[in-house]
Amino acid sequence: MTAPSTPLRLRVESLSKSFFGVQVLHGIGFEAHGGRVLGIVGENGSGKSTTMNLLTGVLPREGGTVLLDGKPFEPASRRESDAAGVAFIQQELNVFPNLSVAENLFLAHPPRRFAALPLVSRRRMYAQARELLHQVDLAVAPGALASTLSAGERQLLEIARGLSSEARVFILDEPTSSLTAREAARLFAIMRRLQQRGAAILYISHNLEEVLEIADDVLVMRDGRVTLSAASSGLNANDLVCAMVGRPIAALFPMRAARSATPAPLLEVAGLAEPGMLHDITLRVARGEIVGIAGLMGSGRSELARALFGLDRYSAGVVRVAGRQLSAGDIQGRIAAGLAFLTEDRRHEGLMPDATVADNMALAALPLFASRSGARISNDKLLQAMRSLGQRLNLKSGDIASTPVRTLSGGNQQKVVLGRWLLREPKVFILDEPTRGVDVGAKEEIYRLLAQMADAGMGVLMISSELEELTGLCDRILVMRRGTLAAEFERAHFDREAILRAAFGQDALGQESGA
Amino acid sequence: MSRQASLGSVASVLRWLPLAIFALLVIGFAALSPRFLSLANLGAILVQSSWLIVVALGMNLALLSAGVDLSVGAVMYLAACAVGLALAHAPVWICMVTSIATGAVFGALNATLIVRLGLPAFIVTLATTFIGRGLGLFLSSTRIVYASAGVADLGRASLFGLPVPLLIAVAATFIGWVILNRTPFGPYVRSIGAEAEGARRVGVPITTVKWSVYTLCGAFAGLGGFISLSQTSAASGAFGQNAEFLAIAAAVLGGTSLFGGRGNLWAPVIGAVLIMTVQNGLAMMNANPYAYPVVTGAVIFLAALFDSIRSRLQARLERRAICPEPIGPVRSG
Repeated sequence: MTAPSTPLRLRVESLSKSFFGVQVLHGIGFEAHGGRVLGIVGENGSGKSTTMNLLTGVLPREGGTVLLDGKPFEPASRRESDAAGVAFIQQELNVFPNLSVAENLFLAHPPRRFAALPLVSRRRMYAQARELLHQVDLAVAPGALASTLSAGERQLLEIARGLSSEARVFILDEPTSSLTAREAARLFAIMRRLQQRGAAILYISHNLEEVLEIADDVLVMRDGRVTLSAASSGLNANDLVCAMVGRPIAALFPMRAARSATPAPLLEVAGLAEPGMLHDITLRVARGEIVGIAGLMGSGRSELARALFGLDRYSAGVVRVAGRQLSAGDIQGRIAAGLAFLTEDRRHEGLMPDATVADNMALAALPLFASRSGARISNDKLLQAMRSLGQRLNLKSGDIASTPVRTLSGGNQQKVVLGRWLLREPKVFILDEPTRGVDVGAKEEIYRLLAQMADAGMGVLMISSELEELTGLCDRILVMRRGTLAAEFERAHFDREAILRAAFGQDALGQESGA
Repeated sequence: MSRQASLGSVASVLRWLPLAIFALLVIGFAALSPRFLSLANLGAILVQSSWLIVVALGMNLALLSAGVDLSVGAVMYLAACAVGLALAHAPVWICMVTSIATGAVFGALNATLIVRLGLPAFIVTLATTFIGRGLGLFLSSTRIVYASAGVADLGRASLFGLPVPLLIAVAATFIGWVILNRTPFGPYVRSIGAEAEGARRVGVPITTVKWSVYTLCGAFAGLGGFISLSQTSAASGAFGQNAEFLAIAAAVLGGTSLFGGRGNLWAPVIGAVLIMTVQNGLAMMNANPYAYPVVTGAVIFLAALFDSIRSRLQARLERRAICPEPIGPVRSG
């Protein structure tokens, strides 16, 4: 059904992938044509970036076929993918601040002085760099250190690096997220030039209006599946949002006990700010309340959580836990006041992989089991407490006194980390993506635990990229965007589309709010 | 923005502080010992620095890649043993090539353990330090090994009026310059030092590069051992001891970061000369020999301290902003 001037460049069939035994891509299939832009949208974690990483050999594939200009395309690394003519401009900025602009541009394939010798021709490298910098309208010297560039300029540098290859397929993963309007307009002009050259462009973005405007075809992904694939003409932003959400909410979520009408606040935050990161954050979490924080990746959610727990600095604002005011950076004071924090990265949670489940859980609570002198630890009492905790967590594990924690599934490891904090009986628990990479069964148990803890009077502040779990579990949802709290929803008024629109910066359909 | 700018200027002051302290030391030495600034003494300092310059050039590569090689001292001793035990009558150039090859083979062994087994460079090279020195002691039956007459003559010879050890160091520096500044290898090493995962994503062949880094580091250490042997004519079991410490210190003093990615070719060269200058100055002052390590250690500690403060500032400067500036609606033009 394509015009002769837009040949089929890329054909993807039933691409699949799983992480830690959890299927994240379920047979993705799509086509991209030369001279056309394919816009790809979806929520965080819907599998867009994973798909692109599989296409370009950054991650190994687990099934499916990819044809590039009709020939099988199976790169084992970025190098091979680049060489085959698929340029990938990634969401993570791979700009090295300690290298010069030109070195960044030609890092993997610098121009050589002689074909046979690995000597770099600085003259040619600088000349080609000037040409590329001119194309993206970036007025910096090729020899300047990349550390002197602003975030937007680094993004343009990343784009220029993609242009340095004579590619037939360009993949751009959220290229405009840190560009100014002028820089973005420049990018779109470049994309049109590439289109005219016959390149196929895969364009991933969170800006729905932008996608509808520049893409010829649109692909919507949800939970590792394609939910919509159509020409962009005739679609509006509402259609895209509907395709991005919309799945019956399974009965994963526990019933919550009724709460008193005016519960006491446990966590109070007023005017929290850090230049370039957080802007005037004011929120409160009451006794027995579960408050969710929604928002796109990079909207400042994790930075807020880290600042609240004292891991990162903030330059203004007040944080109170159970009425006690805490200074910035005072982690010990926060733990003493009853604050607990589960970070988004389980590998850095300090799980000791070869130690037993019991030892891992006991780590933070050892002082509680020490004899009065503080020197001796009562092993029997400790083990007894660990066994009852293991039961409470419903841990799927062998004997907790002998099973190393590395043999547990991702979900059960996460429960061990949760249990470690629970032993301290925190008053307020901040959790950053507590169910990431966790299978559905373990998810349900984590939800149950959180609900139990809240019903017992704890305050919970939970960051999640899964709207479904926020709307299913929370009493209130705060939406972050660009370092500010953009919206707040009470349980009675949970509206997934409205929440998404707030996160995307669209207060009303078709209209983008000024940031 | 102004806060960022002031952080940046603090970072650049810290960059030059070790050199400023060094300048003060030189002024102090010159004031206390009239012979210190004589041309003959300054020349002697350079000749004494030759072996350390070469060893530090290799160490610099390891540090730039956010790694380290603690086994360079043992490699120097092994190279000396190879030359002293097996090549008593061989031509000098064969002795030199053998030293380099010994170091390269040992470095390749380090590299294999680091790259293939994925072990931290610190642990691997800490272990191979003992293996290397133990092997040398075993081969030499713990007796002192002597350089052949030809090798010892080379250590005192001059060419075009310049001492040969210094010429070898200059040649090694030139080779280091080509590798670091004129081949893709330089940016590869720096990118791995800044962020190995990012480098992999961009398409840098990181296993090959790491492998080359440790092999080269070993080769430079072998050559350094050869220079040192030619100057001292003999190597006891303590030959090359603490060389790894001095080599790391030289690179850091010159401005290469202990945390990877930041630094240049001249850092180890400048740093090596600085360390030798301090030792020479103390000797000129007839200072108590036991004070040497105290003073040298203090200078090195300060350099490392400034480097770590600077790296922390740099990390804060390079943090990505979430709400950089107000952005209007994006429209294609």
